[in-house]
Amino acid sequence: MADRNKEPGYTPITPDPKYILQVNALKKYFPIKDGLRVVGHVKAVDGVTFNLKKGSTMGLVGESGCGKTTTGRTILRLCGEKTDGQVLFDGREVYDLTNKEMRDWRTKMQIIFQDPFSSLQPRMPVGEIIGEAVREHKIVPKADFVNYIDSVMEDCGLESYHRYRYPHEFSGGQRQRICIARALALNPEFIVCDEPVSALDVSIQAQIINLLMELQQKHDLTYLFISHDLSVVEHISNQVGVMYLGSLVEYGETADIFAHPLHPYTQALFSAIPVPDTHVKMNRIVLEGSIPSPANPPKGCKFHTRCRNCMGKCKEVAPEQKEIEPGHYVVCHLYD
Amino acid sequence: MARKNADGYLSAKESRRISRENRKVTNVFEKQRKRKNVPESEYLCEMKDISNVIEVEDLHTYFFTDVGTVKSVDGVSFSVPIGKTIGVVGESGCGKSVTSLSIMQLLQRPQGQIVSGEIRMNLGSKAYDIVKTPNEVMQHLRGNEISMIFQEPMTALNPVFRIGAQVDEVLALHNPDMSKHDVRQRSVELLDLVGIANPERVYKMYPHELSGGMRQRVVIAMALACDPKLIIADEPTTALDVTIQAQILDLLRRLKDRINSSIMLITHDLGVIAEMADYVVVMYSGRIVESGTAEEIFNNPAHPYTKGLMASKPVVGRKVDSLYSIPGKVPNPVNMPDYCYFKDRCELCVGKCAGEYPPEIKLSATHTVACYRYVDKEGETNG
Repeated sequence: MADRNKEPGYTPITPDPKYILQVNALKKYFPIKDGLRVVGHVKAVDGVTFNLKKGSTMGLVGESGCGKTTTGRTILRLCGEKTDGQVLFDGREVYDLTNKEMRDWRTKMQIIFQDPFSSLQPRMPVGEIIGEAVREHKIVPKADFVNYIDSVMEDCGLESYHRYRYPHEFSGGQRQRICIARALALNPEFIVCDEPVSALDVSIQAQIINLLMELQQKHDLTYLFISHDLSVVEHISNQVGVMYLGSLVEYGETADIFAHPLHPYTQALFSAIPVPDTHVKMNRIVLEGSIPSPANPPKGCKFHTRCRNCMGKCKEVAPEQKEIEPGHYVVCHLYD
Repeated sequence: MARKNADGYLSAKESRRISRENRKVTNVFEKQRKRKNVPESEYLCEMKDISNVIEVEDLHTYFFTDVGTVKSVDGVSFSVPIGKTIGVVGESGCGKSVTSLSIMQLLQRPQGQIVSGEIRMNLGSKAYDIVKTPNEVMQHLRGNEISMIFQEPMTALNPVFRIGAQVDEVLALHNPDMSKHDVRQRSVELLDLVGIANPERVYKMYPHELSGGMRQRVVIAMALACDPKLIIADEPTTALDVTIQAQILDLLRRLKDRINSSIMLITHDLGVIAEMADYVVVMYSGRIVESGTAEEIFNNPAHPYTKGLMASKPVVGRKVDSLYSIPGKVPNPVNMPDYCYFKDRCELCVGKCAGEYPPEIKLSATHTVACYRYVDKEGETNG
């Protein structure tokens, strides 16, 4: 794990009250062990930097295995210690909080998991699933408990008589509503939505996305929306970050990124989206090969093995994050 | 139909009675299927149109379960022309997969049975009715004339056998006179054909050593091993990333033209359908609600369900404040209503919708829709 006395491999940032969440050069490596010996590291998150304003939504897209989920979990301190970097939430470093403080902070930061079929305890009635943490953190007085749970469930489109039912009695969409209610019951300020709609049908997807957007307006929530579905991300987010092999290759306002993607990977990714219109002629950039192993990423720019604009420099020097236009950052040598 | 007690649950006694009755029904079907040496004349048939590779007519596939009969496919008719791609869209549980399993004769028996209907398969010189075809003959068709690409490449491959052995098996089974050496050579060729780099090495690998996209390529290689006339692709890209999805769709399209086969593409992604399909079939609760060419369906969707499905999917570059969501939910498959199945979720109901299930109405030579809103127009054109 990271040595606390070591000189940091990043430029520390100062808290900025404009942002609810500031992530700076975040790294998370998982050790590969051969018996007791550590023989290498899987670089799941390898340099992610972004800022998030209160009440806005940041979409995080990328192929599977690129570290989207690990980023979300590392921000919430759900993956053990970070390897390097900073996570400032409300101006305080999340990883410097004591266990006792962290316990209180957990109510402010919640997560909705990907699979509503495996993230609900099958032996607990729904009221208890939603209410367990409420009781634990004493969010409301005991006398109001039942009413509070009812009101949260109503917010999320569930009926109060669902409280005594078990998760297996619900459909996929309803289960995802339960997961949302569980996160919302603690009055959080920030929610990580880890692929909340990818396990659902198209028509149910629309319901859940609408629900998430309504709740955001009502409670002034901030989302980190992780998804591989670009059309959903475009719909829900104010900002988009594109990840490749553990690093954020491009990030900026949704409109900017979708109108003129700068990084070759973003361009290829966007050109691969199938459009439900028979008139649109696909002008596709097909990426050759598959994503390299995060345990042994390529030298220089990580994308150079699949990039069509690869230059000599890309194979040697790793590019730095640059601001091309206000709020639009890209990590690529093309824009030096 | 099943009687329920006050709590809305089925009593054990009632459930036993249903399963006893089910066994009576399924035993009749099973007996029919298990006969040996069935004369070919029994399952020979005539194609209606010789340019079709498969014609499905009024197919009914039911599942006889302990809570009642589930009519998974309830009167489905469509045909797949030679060399074309037909896309089947619908929510989960609408009978897309059961239709394809019926064509393959891979239903979970004895509960799942094709109750009535015809599936005519064009074999060039003759045509077989798959519904009546006995198992022994079916084994020669399956994998040889019709093959299937399953949804999850993770579970479709056997984890304890090498990739090579699994591709070899398909070839050896359908070509008994091929030598071992030839089979191996052909397998490597196939792996190369589906775009796997270094096929010799992959031949010796186990499925867990490959990524999702690579595994899907292996599954495609297995499906194409005998140059089938019809490839059924059941959600081939749902488990894959967009960039890998683009690669796989590209591959499917190229290979289809190369061996001049037809594809029946089952998916819930309208974008994939628009890109791949020549004809589109929209299914809802075991019935076809709309069918037509891809242009007709996408430019001029007629059925309220098709319209709802299209509006509920966000599209890149098309900004809306709030997504449309189809109200209500899919009706319970055990107790289907006798009126239009979509009536309870439809915002465009007319008085007639409470009557019997709407007939199929032709809007053009290829475009049909099952909805009462178009009945009057039909009358006008006829009159």
